[in-house]
Amino acid sequence: MSIRRIWGTARRILSQLRHDPRTIALMILAPCLLMTILKYVYQNQPQVFQHVAGALLGIFPMLVMFLITSVGTLRERTSGTLERLLILPITKLELILGYAKAFGIAALIQAVVVSSVALGPLGLKIAGSQIMLIVVAIFDALLGMSIGIFVSSFAKTEFQAVQFLPAILFPQLLLSGLLAPRESMPSILRVISDYLPLTYAVDATQRVISGQGSVARDFLLLTIFLFALLGAGALTLKRKTN
Amino acid sequence: MSEGVRISNLKIIRDGKTIIPNLSMQIERGKIVGLLGPSGSGKTTIMRSIVGVQAIQTGTITVLGLSAGSKDLRTRIGYFTQSASIYTDLTCLENLRYFAQILGQSEISVHEVLELVDLTKNQKQLASSLSGGERARLALATALLGRPELLILDEPTVGLDPVLRRDLWNLFHKLADQGKTLLISSHVMDEADRCDSLFLLREGRILASGTPHDLKADAHTGEMETVFISLVEKQ
Repeated sequence: MSIRRIWGTARRILSQLRHDPRTIALMILAPCLLMTILKYVYQNQPQVFQHVAGALLGIFPMLVMFLITSVGTLRERTSGTLERLLILPITKLELILGYAKAFGIAALIQAVVVSSVALGPLGLKIAGSQIMLIVVAIFDALLGMSIGIFVSSFAKTEFQAVQFLPAILFPQLLLSGLLAPRESMPSILRVISDYLPLTYAVDATQRVISGQGSVARDFLLLTIFLFALLGAGALTLKRKTN
Repeated sequence: MSEGVRISNLKIIRDGKTIIPNLSMQIERGKIVGLLGPSGSGKTTIMRSIVGVQAIQTGTITVLGLSAGSKDLRTRIGYFTQSASIYTDLTCLENLRYFAQILGQSEISVHEVLELVDLTKNQKQLASSLSGGERARLALATALLGRPELLILDEPTVGLDPVLRRDLWNLFHKLADQGKTLLISSHVMDEADRCDSLFLLREGRILASGTPHDLKADAHTGEMETVFISLVEKQ
């Protein structure tokens, strides 16, 4: 494995982002705007804002990275650059790790800005550590990225890739315990949610916010999901096609 | 070993349609070999097979003494695709730097290939703002990185201005003189004369092969276009 090729790939992706300032602005400002709206929507029920806003800090990076990677990887597949890369001495794993590095950095910046806005002017209070909240957000972003790379192989057009957001992520969001506690769900739904990565992402965020319980189990499961999805994503990068 | 590429009994079926029924060909090292034929004749499919990205049904392909698609070939083949596979949201320099990093090539080699394709003055320009011909040259520059022994160039001169086309052909000959092997496809018959040898292709079959001179002599004509037509009519 070559650090040079992983770094090179990460730098290439970050350069592509840098040439697209509008995407950067949307990535960072849109979540801040949504947080602000949320704050004033629940003006009279501050406890609801406390509950939802914290969890959303983890969800935003996931949604954004999912969209960017699924469309970005699809573009690499359809423009021929992926095929071009895979005939060169770079392994699929190096390529995927390059992606992870670039989007991990992008997620870090997003998470720091958005959580500063939420914890600062918007008055979000968390009992746990702020650093942990950012770590969770980066985990979530990498999870969104790995799902994005994986599902992009099932899309033929960018229209289809974008439609995977409601098809793949929204059901997980509904079942994750963010909207209703999982204990109150019908048992079949609760069992399904046990096998969905977003469940543990939301659980980790809620534990950090409440400052109660350990996030070790969540992190362990998220790491397993992450590597499984990255592996599955790497398998969808085909050197030989018809 | 003077053999660059050897293809034996290649068969390729795509979506139930036979693209290449049964093809065998050999390419000598240090030569410029032309793959000539109309669009849809299987030029790109053959090139993809040599590079090792095409799924094939049967047949064997040996490239520089190794099986096509071998790991050891990845630094030894330069591939230029028709669709100019470059990152349009990066500058010329950023594109080449990335490919150079993957190949383990230095910054010097980046400027060297920029010079070769005459894009030095455009190096800071975003690829999306380049003209079609400039994009093709950028893609060609990425294929030249690392001085590969075998260059597979899929219609590299389409849409280029005549002066530049001549310069590129001079470059191709210079590379062949250094011992590199070049396989160049074209649907423009008048490029045939610039090749050392030719394969005329139609519907996945080789109609004829040989030097441009011999092919024209056999058909009693001075025009490659006429050679092609007479071969098709003889079938």
